[in-house]
Amino acid sequence: MKYIFPMAAVIALVLISWIGSKIPGMEYLFGVLVPYAAIATFIIGFCYRVVHWAKSPVPFKIPTTCGQQYSLPWIKHDKLEAPHTTSQVVARMFLEIVLFRSLWRNTKAEIHDGPKLTYESSKWLWLFGILFHYSFLVIVLRHMRLFLDPVPGPILVVEYIDSILQIGAPTLYMTDVTLVLGLLLLFGRRLINRQVRYLSLANDYFPLFLIFGIAATGILMRFFLRTDVDIVSIKRLAVGLVTFQPVILSEISSIFYIHLFLVSVLLAYFPYSKLMHLGGVFLSPTRNMANDTRIRRHINPWNPDIKPHSYAGYEDEFREFMVNNDIPVEKELPSKAD
Amino acid sequence: MYDSGKIIPGLIIFVLLITFPIWYNHGDAGEVPKTEMPKYNRLCVLPLEEIRPNHMKMLNQWRDEVLRDEDRSFIAVEGKMYQKSLQNTCMECHVSKKKFCDECHTYAAVTPYCWDCHLAPVE
Repeated sequence: MKYIFPMAAVIALVLISWIGSKIPGMEYLFGVLVPYAAIATFIIGFCYRVVHWAKSPVPFKIPTTCGQQYSLPWIKHDKLEAPHTTSQVVARMFLEIVLFRSLWRNTKAEIHDGPKLTYESSKWLWLFGILFHYSFLVIVLRHMRLFLDPVPGPILVVEYIDSILQIGAPTLYMTDVTLVLGLLLLFGRRLINRQVRYLSLANDYFPLFLIFGIAATGILMRFFLRTDVDIVSIKRLAVGLVTFQPVILSEISSIFYIHLFLVSVLLAYFPYSKLMHLGGVFLSPTRNMANDTRIRRHINPWNPDIKPHSYAGYEDEFREFMVNNDIPVEKELPSKAD
Repeated sequence: MYDSGKIIPGLIIFVLLITFPIWYNHGDAGEVPKTEMPKYNRLCVLPLEEIRPNHMKMLNQWRDEVLRDEDRSFIAVEGKMYQKSLQNTCMECHVSKKKFCDECHTYAAVTPYCWDCHLAPVE
Protein backbone atom coordinates (compact mmCIF):
# COMPACT_ATOMS: atom_id res chain seq x y z
CA MET A 1 0.00 0.00 0.00
CA LYS A 2 3.06 2.21 0.23
CA TYR A 3 2.67 3.01 -3.44
CA ILE A 4 -0.81 4.56 -3.11
CA PHE A 5 0.41 7.84 -1.65
CA PRO A 6 3.14 8.50 -4.25
CA MET A 7 0.72 7.57 -7.02
CA ALA A 8 -1.85 10.02 -5.65
CA ALA A 9 0.87 12.67 -5.43
CA VAL A 10 1.77 12.27 -9.10
CA ILE A 11 -1.91 12.35 -10.10
CA ALA A 12 -2.30 15.54 -8.06
CA LEU A 13 0.69 17.08 -9.86
CA VAL A 14 -0.86 16.18 -13.21
CA LEU A 15 -4.18 17.74 -12.19
CA ILE A 16 -2.50 20.91 -10.88
CA SER A 17 -0.68 21.51 -14.14
CA TRP A 18 -3.61 20.40 -16.29
CA ILE A 19 -6.16 22.69 -14.67
CA GLY A 20 -3.60 25.39 -13.92
CA SER A 21 -2.39 25.73 -17.50
CA LYS A 22 -5.97 26.15 -18.70
CA ILE A 23 -6.42 29.32 -16.63
CA PRO A 24 -5.66 32.27 -18.94
CA GLY A 25 -2.33 33.90 -18.09
CA MET A 26 -1.04 30.90 -16.19
CA GLU A 27 0.91 29.58 -19.20
CA TYR A 28 3.75 31.89 -18.22
CA LEU A 29 3.87 30.38 -14.74
CA PHE A 30 3.94 26.77 -15.96
CA GLY A 31 6.00 27.43 -19.08
CA VAL A 32 8.63 29.83 -17.74
CA LEU A 33 8.67 30.51 -14.00
CA VAL A 34 8.30 26.93 -12.74
CA PRO A 35 11.00 25.53 -15.08
CA TYR A 36 13.42 28.30 -14.06
CA ALA A 37 12.77 27.69 -10.37
CA ALA A 38 13.18 23.94 -10.91
CA ILE A 39 16.51 24.11 -12.74
CA ALA A 40 17.87 26.60 -10.18
CA THR A 41 16.82 24.26 -7.35
CA PHE A 42 18.41 21.36 -9.20
CA ILE A 43 21.80 22.99 -9.76
CA ILE A 44 22.08 24.68 -6.36
CA GLY A 45 20.70 21.66 -4.50
CA PHE A 46 22.98 19.27 -6.38
CA CYS A 47 26.12 21.30 -5.62
CA TYR A 48 25.07 21.81 -2.00
CA ARG A 49 24.51 18.09 -1.55
CA VAL A 50 27.86 17.12 -3.09
CA VAL A 51 29.75 19.73 -1.05
CA HIS A 52 27.94 18.53 2.06
CA TRP A 53 29.09 14.98 1.34
CA ALA A 54 32.61 16.16 0.63
CA LYS A 55 32.73 17.73 4.09
CA SER A 56 32.14 14.35 5.75
CA PRO A 57 35.43 12.66 6.58
CA VAL A 58 35.98 8.99 5.83
CA PRO A 59 37.61 7.68 9.02
CA PHE A 60 38.74 4.35 7.63
CA LYS A 61 40.01 3.04 4.34
CA ILE A 62 36.95 1.06 3.34
CA PRO A 63 37.11 -0.13 -0.28
CA THR A 64 35.04 -3.27 -0.85
CA THR A 65 37.19 -5.83 -2.54
CA CYS A 66 36.35 -9.15 -4.09
CA GLY A 67 39.65 -10.26 -5.53
CA GLN A 68 43.27 -10.93 -4.62
CA GLN A 69 44.91 -7.80 -3.31
CA TYR A 70 48.31 -6.61 -4.54
CA SER A 71 50.98 -8.52 -2.61
CA LEU A 72 53.91 -10.67 -3.74
CA PRO A 73 54.99 -10.72 -7.37
CA TRP A 74 54.11 -14.40 -7.87
CA ILE A 75 50.56 -14.01 -6.51
CA LYS A 76 48.25 -12.85 -9.28
CA HIS A 77 46.80 -9.47 -8.41
CA ASP A 78 43.14 -8.77 -9.33
CA LYS A 79 43.51 -5.21 -10.57
CA LEU A 80 39.81 -4.42 -10.96
CA GLU A 81 38.46 -6.05 -7.82
CA ALA A 82 41.22 -4.91 -5.46
CA PRO A 83 42.74 -1.84 -7.14
CA HIS A 84 45.80 -0.39 -5.44
CA THR A 85 46.68 2.52 -7.73
CA THR A 86 44.63 5.53 -8.83
CA SER A 87 44.47 4.36 -12.45
CA GLN A 88 43.08 0.98 -11.34
CA VAL A 89 40.51 2.77 -9.16
CA VAL A 90 39.54 4.95 -12.15
CA ALA A 91 39.10 1.85 -14.31
CA ARG A 92 36.96 0.20 -11.64
CA MET A 93 34.84 3.34 -11.15
CA PHE A 94 34.41 3.74 -14.91
CA LEU A 95 33.10 0.20 -15.31
CA GLU A 96 30.85 0.63 -12.26
CA ILE A 97 29.33 3.85 -13.59
CA VAL A 98 29.06 2.79 -17.23
CA LEU A 99 28.24 -0.92 -16.92
CA PHE A 100 26.81 -1.23 -13.36
CA ARG A 101 29.20 -4.06 -12.49
CA SER A 102 28.04 -4.36 -8.90
CA LEU A 103 24.49 -5.10 -10.05
CA TRP A 104 25.87 -7.72 -12.41
CA ARG A 105 27.03 -9.57 -9.29
CA ASN A 106 23.54 -9.63 -7.80
CA THR A 107 22.53 -13.01 -6.38
CA LYS A 108 19.26 -14.49 -5.26
CA ALA A 109 19.10 -16.58 -2.08
CA GLU A 110 16.44 -19.28 -1.81
CA ILE A 111 15.59 -21.92 0.79
CA HIS A 112 14.69 -25.35 -0.61
CA ASP A 113 13.54 -28.55 1.11
CA GLY A 114 16.21 -30.12 3.16
CA PRO A 115 16.49 -27.33 4.35
CA LYS A 116 19.02 -26.20 1.83
CA LEU A 117 20.07 -22.62 1.12
CA THR A 118 21.03 -21.88 -2.48
CA TYR A 119 22.42 -18.81 -4.14
CA GLU A 120 22.10 -18.19 -7.83
CA SER A 121 23.06 -15.39 -10.13
CA SER A 122 20.23 -12.93 -10.75
CA LYS A 123 20.86 -10.51 -13.57
CA TRP A 124 17.34 -9.09 -13.87
CA LEU A 125 17.96 -5.99 -11.79
CA TRP A 126 21.09 -5.26 -13.85
CA LEU A 127 19.14 -5.69 -17.09
CA PHE A 128 16.21 -3.46 -16.03
CA GLY A 129 18.60 -0.90 -14.61
CA ILE A 130 20.78 -0.65 -17.69
CA LEU A 131 17.72 -0.57 -19.97
CA PHE A 132 16.18 2.25 -17.97
CA HIS A 133 19.28 4.38 -17.45
CA TYR A 134 20.55 4.28 -21.02
CA SER A 135 17.06 4.94 -22.42
CA PHE A 136 16.80 7.94 -20.13
CA LEU A 137 20.22 9.21 -21.23
CA VAL A 138 19.32 8.93 -24.92
CA ILE A 139 15.99 10.66 -24.29
CA VAL A 140 17.69 13.56 -22.51
CA LEU A 141 20.20 13.88 -25.38
CA ARG A 142 17.40 13.70 -27.95
CA HIS A 143 15.55 16.53 -26.21
CA MET A 144 18.54 18.77 -26.81
CA ARG A 145 17.18 19.25 -30.33
CA LEU A 146 14.54 21.47 -28.71
CA PHE A 147 17.07 23.54 -26.76
CA LEU A 148 19.87 23.99 -29.29
CA ASP A 149 19.55 26.08 -32.42
CA PRO A 150 21.03 25.06 -34.84
CA VAL A 151 20.88 21.43 -33.79
CA PRO A 152 24.42 19.97 -33.61
CA GLY A 153 25.32 16.87 -35.63
CA PRO A 154 25.77 14.40 -32.76
CA ILE A 155 22.21 15.09 -31.56
CA LEU A 156 20.94 14.40 -35.09
CA VAL A 157 22.85 11.11 -35.08
CA VAL A 158 21.26 10.07 -31.77
CA GLU A 159 17.85 11.05 -33.13
CA TYR A 160 18.47 9.15 -36.38
CA ILE A 161 19.59 5.94 -34.66
CA ASP A 162 16.78 6.07 -32.12
CA SER A 163 14.13 6.28 -34.86
CA ILE A 164 15.92 4.02 -37.34
CA LEU A 165 13.11 1.45 -37.32
CA GLN A 166 10.92 3.99 -39.19
CA ILE A 167 7.74 2.72 -37.60
CA GLY A 168 4.73 4.99 -38.07
CA ALA A 169 4.65 8.73 -38.34
CA PRO A 170 5.91 10.53 -36.34
CA THR A 171 8.52 7.77 -36.18
CA LEU A 172 8.63 5.61 -33.10
CA TYR A 173 11.65 6.03 -30.86
CA MET A 174 13.13 2.78 -29.57
CA THR A 175 14.04 4.42 -26.27
CA ASP A 176 10.40 5.35 -25.62
CA VAL A 177 9.61 1.65 -25.60
CA THR A 178 12.66 0.57 -23.61
CA LEU A 179 12.24 3.34 -21.02
CA VAL A 180 8.65 2.35 -20.29
CA LEU A 181 9.62 -1.32 -20.32
CA GLY A 182 12.48 -0.68 -17.89
CA LEU A 183 10.17 1.36 -15.62
CA LEU A 184 7.48 -1.30 -15.60
CA LEU A 185 10.02 -4.00 -14.78
CA LEU A 186 11.64 -1.95 -12.01
CA PHE A 187 8.20 -1.21 -10.59
CA GLY A 188 7.03 -4.80 -10.98
CA ARG A 189 10.13 -6.00 -9.16
CA ARG A 190 9.16 -3.90 -6.15
CA LEU A 191 5.69 -5.43 -6.18
CA ILE A 192 6.51 -9.06 -6.92
CA ASN A 193 9.75 -9.67 -5.04
CA ARG A 194 8.65 -10.02 -1.40
CA GLN A 195 11.92 -8.89 0.14
CA VAL A 196 12.14 -5.82 -2.07
CA ARG A 197 8.48 -5.00 -1.50
CA TYR A 198 9.11 -5.06 2.26
CA LEU A 199 12.05 -2.69 1.83
CA SER A 200 10.33 -0.29 -0.58
CA LEU A 201 9.18 3.04 0.75
CA ALA A 202 7.05 5.85 -0.65
CA ASN A 203 10.19 7.64 -1.80
CA ASP A 204 11.15 4.57 -3.84
CA TYR A 205 7.83 4.56 -5.66
CA PHE A 206 7.47 8.30 -6.17
CA PRO A 207 10.32 8.71 -8.72
CA LEU A 208 9.05 5.65 -10.59
CA PHE A 209 5.54 7.09 -10.89
CA LEU A 210 6.87 10.54 -11.69
CA ILE A 211 9.15 9.32 -14.48
CA PHE A 212 6.35 7.11 -15.75
CA GLY A 213 4.11 10.18 -15.84
CA ILE A 214 6.77 12.09 -17.79
CA ALA A 215 7.19 9.25 -20.26
CA ALA A 216 3.44 8.78 -20.66
CA THR A 217 2.75 12.48 -21.30
CA GLY A 218 5.69 12.65 -23.70
CA ILE A 219 4.50 9.64 -25.68
CA LEU A 220 0.91 10.90 -25.72
CA MET A 221 2.08 14.29 -26.92
CA ARG A 222 4.21 12.88 -29.72
CA PHE A 223 1.93 10.17 -31.03
CA PHE A 224 -1.65 10.74 -29.93
CA LEU A 225 -2.76 14.10 -28.51
CA ARG A 226 -1.20 16.21 -31.22
CA THR A 227 -3.78 19.00 -31.29
CA ASP A 228 -2.13 22.32 -30.46
CA VAL A 229 1.25 20.65 -30.02
CA ASP A 230 3.08 23.05 -32.29
CA ILE A 231 6.71 22.01 -32.32
CA VAL A 232 7.85 25.44 -33.51
CA SER A 233 6.23 27.22 -30.54
CA ILE A 234 7.60 24.58 -28.19
CA LYS A 235 11.12 24.87 -29.54
CA ARG A 236 10.93 28.67 -29.44
CA LEU A 237 9.92 28.46 -25.78
CA ALA A 238 12.69 25.94 -24.97
CA VAL A 239 15.38 27.96 -26.80
CA GLY A 240 13.95 31.07 -25.17
CA LEU A 241 14.34 29.53 -21.73
CA VAL A 242 18.05 28.81 -22.25
CA THR A 243 18.73 32.22 -23.82
CA PHE A 244 16.71 34.07 -21.16
CA GLN A 245 14.24 35.38 -23.76
CA PRO A 246 11.27 33.05 -23.18
CA VAL A 247 8.26 33.66 -25.42
CA ILE A 248 5.10 31.61 -25.76
CA LEU A 249 4.23 32.21 -29.42
CA SER A 250 0.88 30.44 -29.62
CA GLU A 251 -1.47 28.47 -27.45
CA ILE A 252 0.17 25.15 -26.55
CA SER A 253 -1.82 22.10 -25.47
CA SER A 254 -2.17 21.25 -21.74
CA ILE A 255 -0.39 17.94 -22.30
CA PHE A 256 2.80 19.91 -22.95
CA TYR A 257 2.43 21.88 -19.72
CA ILE A 258 1.77 18.68 -17.77
CA HIS A 259 4.91 17.13 -19.26
CA LEU A 260 6.97 20.22 -18.48
CA PHE A 261 5.59 20.52 -14.96
CA LEU A 262 6.38 16.88 -14.14
CA VAL A 263 9.93 17.35 -15.47
CA SER A 264 10.25 20.49 -13.34
CA VAL A 265 9.09 18.55 -10.28
CA LEU A 266 11.61 15.80 -11.07
CA LEU A 267 14.43 18.36 -11.32
CA ALA A 268 13.46 20.12 -8.11
CA TYR A 269 12.98 16.82 -6.26
CA PHE A 270 16.25 15.39 -7.54
CA PRO A 271 18.78 16.81 -5.05
CA TYR A 272 16.66 15.86 -2.04
CA SER A 273 16.06 12.26 -2.97
CA LYS A 274 17.62 8.92 -3.78
CA LEU A 275 18.02 10.20 -7.33
CA MET A 276 21.19 11.86 -6.08
CA HIS A 277 22.90 8.54 -6.77
CA LEU A 278 23.85 10.37 -9.98
CA GLY A 279 26.38 12.33 -7.93
CA GLY A 280 26.70 9.77 -5.16
CA VAL A 281 28.05 7.00 -7.37
CA PHE A 282 31.20 9.08 -7.85
CA LEU A 283 31.56 9.66 -4.12
CA SER A 284 31.00 6.16 -2.76
CA PRO A 285 34.04 5.48 -0.54
CA THR A 286 33.73 1.71 -0.92
CA ARG A 287 34.40 2.14 -4.66
CA ASN A 288 36.57 5.19 -5.05
CA MET A 289 39.29 4.30 -2.53
CA ALA A 290 42.38 2.31 -3.42
CA ASN A 291 42.99 -0.94 -1.54
CA ASP A 292 46.45 0.11 -0.38
CA THR A 293 46.16 -0.09 3.41
CA ARG A 294 49.39 -2.08 3.62
CA ILE A 295 51.28 0.39 1.41
CA ARG A 296 50.08 3.75 2.69
CA ARG A 297 48.86 4.72 6.14
CA HIS A 298 45.35 6.17 6.12
CA ILE A 299 44.91 8.75 8.84
CA ASN A 300 41.45 9.45 10.17
CA PRO A 301 40.91 13.12 9.33
CA TRP A 302 39.07 13.80 12.57
CA ASN A 303 41.78 12.36 14.80
CA PRO A 304 42.72 14.93 17.48
CA ASP A 305 46.26 16.24 17.20
CA ILE A 306 48.00 14.26 19.97
CA LYS A 307 51.66 15.03 20.46
CA PRO A 308 54.01 12.18 21.46
CA HIS A 309 54.68 12.11 25.18
CA SER A 310 57.76 10.13 26.17
CA TYR A 311 58.39 8.69 29.65
CA ALA A 312 61.27 11.10 30.13
CA GLY A 313 58.92 14.00 29.34
CA TYR A 314 56.29 12.53 31.66
CA GLU A 315 58.79 12.29 34.46
CA ASP A 316 59.98 15.86 33.80
CA GLU A 317 56.39 17.02 34.17
CA PHE A 318 55.52 15.10 37.33
CA ARG A 319 58.93 14.47 39.01
CA GLU A 320 58.18 16.56 42.07
CA PHE A 321 54.90 14.79 42.79
CA MET A 322 56.47 11.38 42.14
CA VAL A 323 59.31 12.01 44.57
CA ASN A 324 56.86 13.31 47.18
CA ASN A 325 54.87 10.08 46.86
CA ASP A 326 57.96 7.84 47.01
CA ILE A 327 57.64 6.69 43.44
CA PRO A 328 61.07 5.78 42.03
CA VAL A 329 62.33 8.16 39.36
CA GLU A 330 65.10 7.73 36.81
CA LYS A 331 66.42 11.22 37.29
CA GLU A 332 66.38 12.69 40.77
CA LEU A 333 65.19 16.14 41.62
CA PRO A 334 67.94 18.73 41.31
CA SER A 335 69.78 18.91 44.64
CA LYS A 336 68.81 21.78 46.90
CA ALA A 337 72.28 23.28 46.85
CA ASP A 338 71.06 26.84 47.16
CA MET B 1 36.02 19.78 2.74
CA TYR B 2 38.01 16.74 1.65
CA ASP B 3 39.32 15.92 -1.83
CA SER B 4 38.28 19.37 -3.00
CA GLY B 5 40.91 19.10 -5.75
CA LYS B 6 38.83 16.41 -7.40
CA ILE B 7 35.29 17.27 -6.30
CA ILE B 8 35.25 20.98 -7.20
CA PRO B 9 36.46 20.42 -10.82
CA GLY B 10 33.97 17.54 -11.09
CA LEU B 11 31.13 19.80 -9.95
CA ILE B 12 32.23 22.55 -12.35
CA ILE B 13 32.24 20.08 -15.27
CA PHE B 14 28.78 18.87 -14.22
CA VAL B 15 27.33 22.39 -14.05
CA LEU B 16 28.92 23.28 -17.41
CA LEU B 17 27.35 20.17 -18.98
CA ILE B 18 23.93 20.91 -17.48
CA THR B 19 24.04 24.51 -18.69
CA PHE B 20 25.44 23.55 -22.11
CA PRO B 21 22.41 24.95 -24.02
CA ILE B 22 23.10 28.38 -22.49
CA TRP B 23 26.72 28.42 -23.75
CA TYR B 24 25.81 26.88 -27.08
CA ASN B 25 23.11 29.39 -28.01
CA HIS B 26 25.02 32.30 -26.43
CA GLY B 27 21.92 34.34 -25.73
CA ASP B 28 20.56 34.26 -29.26
CA ALA B 29 17.09 32.76 -29.44
CA GLY B 30 17.32 32.68 -33.25
CA GLU B 31 14.72 33.12 -35.92
CA VAL B 32 11.44 31.24 -35.87
CA PRO B 33 10.93 29.46 -39.22
CA LYS B 34 8.59 31.15 -41.67
CA THR B 35 7.02 28.80 -44.17
CA GLU B 36 6.15 30.12 -47.60
CA MET B 37 2.38 29.81 -48.01
CA PRO B 38 0.83 29.22 -51.46
CA LYS B 39 0.03 32.42 -53.31
CA TYR B 40 -3.21 31.09 -54.79
CA ASN B 41 -5.65 28.34 -53.72
CA ARG B 42 -5.83 28.94 -49.97
CA LEU B 43 -7.73 25.69 -49.40
CA CYS B 44 -5.80 22.71 -48.01
CA VAL B 45 -7.05 19.12 -47.88
CA LEU B 46 -7.46 19.57 -44.14
CA PRO B 47 -8.00 22.68 -42.02
CA LEU B 48 -4.81 24.31 -40.69
CA GLU B 49 -5.28 23.19 -37.09
CA GLU B 50 -5.44 19.57 -38.29
CA ILE B 51 -2.95 19.55 -41.13
CA ARG B 52 -0.20 21.22 -39.13
CA PRO B 53 0.07 18.65 -36.31
CA ASN B 54 -1.14 15.62 -38.29
CA HIS B 55 0.26 15.97 -41.83
CA MET B 56 2.85 13.25 -41.21
CA LYS B 57 0.17 10.79 -40.16
CA MET B 58 -1.92 11.61 -43.23
CA LEU B 59 1.01 11.26 -45.61
CA ASN B 60 2.00 7.99 -44.00
CA GLN B 61 -1.56 6.71 -44.41
CA TRP B 62 -1.66 7.86 -48.04
CA ARG B 63 1.65 6.12 -48.69
CA ASP B 64 0.32 2.85 -47.24
CA GLU B 65 -2.98 3.03 -49.12
CA VAL B 66 -1.45 3.94 -52.46
CA LEU B 67 1.55 1.62 -52.42
CA ARG B 68 0.25 -1.37 -50.52
CA ASP B 69 -3.46 -1.39 -51.44
CA GLU B 70 -3.23 0.39 -54.79
CA ASP B 71 -5.96 2.67 -53.53
CA ARG B 72 -5.32 5.85 -55.44
CA SER B 73 -8.80 7.24 -54.78
CA PHE B 74 -9.40 10.94 -54.72
CA ILE B 75 -10.39 13.08 -51.80
CA ALA B 76 -13.09 15.66 -52.16
CA VAL B 77 -12.60 18.95 -50.38
CA GLU B 78 -15.46 21.40 -50.90
CA GLY B 79 -16.34 19.91 -54.27
CA LYS B 80 -12.84 19.74 -55.62
CA MET B 81 -11.09 16.39 -56.08
CA TYR B 82 -7.56 15.80 -54.83
CA GLN B 83 -5.31 12.87 -55.57
CA LYS B 84 -3.53 11.08 -52.71
CA SER B 85 -0.12 12.25 -53.69
CA LEU B 86 2.67 14.20 -52.10
CA GLN B 87 4.09 15.54 -55.33
CA ASN B 88 0.89 15.96 -57.34
CA THR B 89 -1.31 17.36 -54.58
CA CYS B 90 0.68 18.83 -51.71
CA MET B 91 3.51 20.18 -53.79
CA GLU B 92 1.23 21.59 -56.42
CA CYS B 93 0.54 24.48 -54.06
CA HIS B 94 3.54 24.19 -51.73
CA VAL B 95 5.95 24.32 -54.62
CA SER B 96 9.19 24.73 -52.71
CA LYS B 97 10.56 21.99 -50.47
CA LYS B 98 13.23 24.31 -49.13
CA LYS B 99 10.89 27.18 -48.33
CA PHE B 100 8.03 25.08 -47.01
CA CYS B 101 8.95 21.59 -45.74
CA ASP B 102 12.54 22.19 -44.70
CA GLU B 103 11.85 25.41 -42.78
CA CYS B 104 10.24 23.70 -39.78
CA HIS B 105 11.87 20.29 -40.27
CA THR B 106 15.36 21.78 -40.03
CA TYR B 107 14.39 23.95 -37.06
CA ALA B 108 12.96 21.00 -35.13
CA ALA B 109 15.59 18.53 -36.41
CA VAL B 110 13.02 16.28 -38.04
CA THR B 111 14.26 14.23 -40.99
CA PRO B 112 11.26 12.62 -42.69
CA TYR B 113 12.17 9.85 -45.09
CA CYS B 114 9.83 11.05 -47.87
CA TRP B 115 12.83 11.91 -49.99
CA ASP B 116 14.41 8.49 -49.70
CA CYS B 117 12.04 7.46 -52.55
CA HIS B 118 10.58 10.71 -53.91
CA LEU B 119 12.84 12.89 -55.98
CA ALA B 120 13.22 16.21 -54.26
CA PRO B 121 12.40 19.10 -56.60
CA VAL B 122 15.45 20.81 -58.03
CA GLU B 123 15.73 24.24 -56.43
